[in-house]
Amino acid sequence: MKISPNWIRDLVSPAATDRDVAEALTVSGIAIEGYFGEGADQTWEAEITTNRVDAMNHYGVAREVSAIYDVDLAPLAPTVAECGPANFPILIEDAEGCARYTARIVRGVKVAPAPAKIAHRLELIEQRSISNVADASNYVLNEIGHPTHAFDLDKLEGGKIIVRRARAGETITTLDGVERKLLPEDLVIADAVKPVAIAGVMGGEATMITFSTHNVLVESAWFDPASIRRTARRLGMHTDASHRYERGADPGITQLACARVAELIVASAGGSVSAEVDAVARTLAQPRIALASSEVKRILGVEIPPAEIARILHRLGFKVEGSGPEFHITVPTWRLDVEREIDLIEEVARIYSFLKIPNTLPSFAGGVIELPNARKQAALRSRLLSLGYNESLSSTFIPQEDARYFAVSAGAAEPVRIANPLSEEASFMRTTLVPGLLLQVAYNLNRGNSDVRLFEAGHVYAMRGEAVDEHNSLAFVSTGGARPSGVHGKPEPLSFFHVKGDIEQLLAAFTAPGVTFDRTVPAWLHPGRAARAQIAGNTVAIFGQLHPEVAAARKLKQDVFIAVVFVEALYQLALRQPAYTPISRYPAIERDFSFVLPEGVEFESIRHKLAALSIAELTAILPAETFRGGSLAAGSYSFLLRVRFQSAERTLRDDEVANWSQQIVSAVETLGGSLRQ
Amino acid sequence: MYTVPKLEDFSPAALDAAAAELLAALVAESHAAADPRSFEEFRNRWMARKNGVLTQVNDLWLKAAPSPAKRDVGQRVNALKQRAEALVAEAEQLAATAALGSKLKSETIDISLPGIERPLGVRHPVLRTLDELISVFVKMGYSVAEGPEVESDYYNFEALNFPPNHPARDTQDTLFIANQEQRAQRDRLLLRTHTSPVQIRTMEKLVPPVRVICPGKVHRNDAPDATHSPVFHQLEGLCVDTNITFGDLKGTLDHAMKSLFGSAVKTSFRPSFFPFTEPSVEVSISCPFCGGKGCRPCKQSGWIELLGAGMVDPNVFGFVDYDPKKLSGFAFGMGVERLAMMTYNVDDIQQFFYGDMRFLEQFA
Ligand SMILES: [Zn+2]
Repeated sequence: MKISPNWIRDLVSPAATDRDVAEALTVSGIAIEGYFGEGADQTWEAEITTNRVDAMNHYGVAREVSAIYDVDLAPLAPTVAECGPANFPILIEDAEGCARYTARIVRGVKVAPAPAKIAHRLELIEQRSISNVADASNYVLNEIGHPTHAFDLDKLEGGKIIVRRARAGETITTLDGVERKLLPEDLVIADAVKPVAIAGVMGGEATMITFSTHNVLVESAWFDPASIRRTARRLGMHTDASHRYERGADPGITQLACARVAELIVASAGGSVSAEVDAVARTLAQPRIALASSEVKRILGVEIPPAEIARILHRLGFKVEGSGPEFHITVPTWRLDVEREIDLIEEVARIYSFLKIPNTLPSFAGGVIELPNARKQAALRSRLLSLGYNESLSSTFIPQEDARYFAVSAGAAEPVRIANPLSEEASFMRTTLVPGLLLQVAYNLNRGNSDVRLFEAGHVYAMRGEAVDEHNSLAFVSTGGARPSGVHGKPEPLSFFHVKGDIEQLLAAFTAPGVTFDRTVPAWLHPGRAARAQIAGNTVAIFGQLHPEVAAARKLKQDVFIAVVFVEALYQLALRQPAYTPISRYPAIERDFSFVLPEGVEFESIRHKLAALSIAELTAILPAETFRGGSLAAGSYSFLLRVRFQSAERTLRDDEVANWSQQIVSAVETLGGSLRQ
Repeated sequence: MYTVPKLEDFSPAALDAAAAELLAALVAESHAAADPRSFEEFRNRWMARKNGVLTQVNDLWLKAAPSPAKRDVGQRVNALKQRAEALVAEAEQLAATAALGSKLKSETIDISLPGIERPLGVRHPVLRTLDELISVFVKMGYSVAEGPEVESDYYNFEALNFPPNHPARDTQDTLFIANQEQRAQRDRLLLRTHTSPVQIRTMEKLVPPVRVICPGKVHRNDAPDATHSPVFHQLEGLCVDTNITFGDLKGTLDHAMKSLFGSAVKTSFRPSFFPFTEPSVEVSISCPFCGGKGCRPCKQSGWIELLGAGMVDPNVFGFVDYDPKKLSGFAFGMGVERLAMMTYNVDDIQQFFYGDMRFLEQFA
């Protein structure tokens, strides 16, 4: 809010420059964050935290100055010459919603533009000057912080004010010209016939002050914060009045504020003021709190002399009983935020100044405990970085169709919907990291970045009954060249096998006995170029080429490879602990076999057959080359198999190598293969 | 081309003259044999056992010498042969050096061409910033704690002393999970708006002393623009024990900021308001980017507001059954994206979420 330092100086006179005062206020909790204008017309932009509604006005800020500089605050004592009783009953039907309603009637006013001084001050703090009567209320709001309202008395029907809940079906057109439907939970100010204001939020158009108004009823009330907040929120209204009532206005100031408004009206618009009508439905207790100097020390870590504690609280308007080390403190009516000893300690600390409290370091016994999967997570991350994938972050939110389509597990659970999403495209929580990464691939391709390698680790979500299941996931995506083209050679296009190699590098970080690959993959992957990796029956990854139709639908004009790693399954496995195996001193023997195989016989089945031979000295089974076409019959292909034999204990004999070679040929023959002639 | 002359005179002087002539011819011819192939021809011509020049010397000079001179001629021819062999070997060495030189020359490449880079992946700048923050606090004895991103109203608000319908909730534009209307307010699910719920979950589990940091992702219903993102990261910390003071809060954060930004950095503390701390404080650091002179990240002020902090509110201790008369503690929190933006001079928070290779690769 805007503060005029010149106005502050009407209320308190510290021996310091405005700039020093602003800085002292900032250090004490009223943050002055901007300076505008010069001299008497200078204003400050003050950032006042939501709990400090008492300081959202000049008098409140002046009170802070008084405490900081230990100087007196000018008393507020409006004077009005009362001309007789108001004869205007106030009935509070809802004591919960309205604790107190104070009113005065000013008769015979002449509504006109506001006097220059008032108009100028309001304009300085960016308030619009309307008329002498309306401005009186607004001036008081900014002076002492209490919201008041002025009704055109002659538009109030039935000669009374009733504070009540709205009746079903009632409506009111507010000052801003909008007709509002009221609910029975809304607190209203009504005359004998109709609602004339939404209590604490905005007055009604029908009873507003106009230039033909002669008689005015000034309202100064205290409304329950929760009630005001509920109504204001429901109606989407946020006014200066509701802002303060929601946060807790001062229940002890209604009479003073009412008199002050009346005083200003008479001074600027003439008229005569009635006696006050003060309806009190209930009184709010003023807490009396025990405060111990020892507790101040325990929390702040610094000894503040009892006299200093008493002085600070007294200057802030607290009633201080005792002289320490124990005090009894009565909280002023304007500090609804202060209820406990700790709240008093904060008051003392901030005026004493946080900066004067010495920095210390706590002593500490105990060790740092690592998260259970921290090392596994770090291993995956560092391997992906080493493999050349850039770490990325994508949105948590995806469109509904993606949430369902890209779900990776069979019998996928219900995706999680957001009640108040930012947009339709962001209305579901991601069920997998795939759509987010595909969006990023598209972003890159659209900008001419044709080589993309990204990974993301993050949570994915699904409903589980009433609860939301949240899992760690990891995905990586690549497109473009494994090696870019250029002066150094031909480009090497990415393939399924690059991704498979990367998956194998990741799995190699773990103690992963027997990784198996099969073709059970979701529909969004290319059915012929995708695989699922499993360890001991648990899926640890699915990966491969994005289905060309999915790529086309997303306008991805090059092959995209993507992998999803089920990290929580991997985390069940221990990290591989490297251990040394002695390197054989005896030579290895390599043998090549050129087979012709029927189409459909996969390398894995050959590897499996050869492993089943249980030849301890068979140390490597390598697919060296495949070839199709030429003189080969359709439905068959040639396959060059390279194997390596080695013993840790001896040099191998030719006859045993020949014997094993024969076993290998026989094994491949059982798959329909034959040695090429 | 040199041919071996028949000798008439086998006197030492005549032989020496003939030898000198031969050797001069050999040297001259060796110079002409520049490439390996002509050198090979040269060597064959001179050294071949069959009809090589030196063999001819044997035939024409030694064998033709009269008997009385034979001994002397033999010695001189041998000396000549040794000299010739040495010259040929020398010439061979020269030729080989020359050949290697030209081979290497022919293999010369343009070293100004760019190297073949095997790409290294790059840590995300936000997560890299988070890594650095975590490491500072881990060195100070803080353990890392985690919690769910989908939280209940209880953990995100109520237990943090945000009462239902309290205006303080307005400051946290919350994204709610759909279909929660039937549930009690405290059980309703939402996306955590801060990592503070992890503090509650940690205190529920642990007996003090507690020292944890809670890094993580949070969400708010903030429309994306240059400084807002519905997804961002926070790091919070919590320290609870007997006798933890506001001075400890100040000292800890001052120490941490100096570890992060260098010992020249100063910290400043001023009152603020958070429902879950009392007193609450806003922590600024002297601008590490300009040293306090004024720059864009500090908006020319020389100071940067970096953390919110405060002493844990006794009400929060009440929710986790800690005795606020015996225990005290402080909590702090900060936004990671904001710090990363300042550190790396990024002017649009959205850049962090595009996955743009050109952006990410700048953080290699
Ligand atoms: Zn700076």
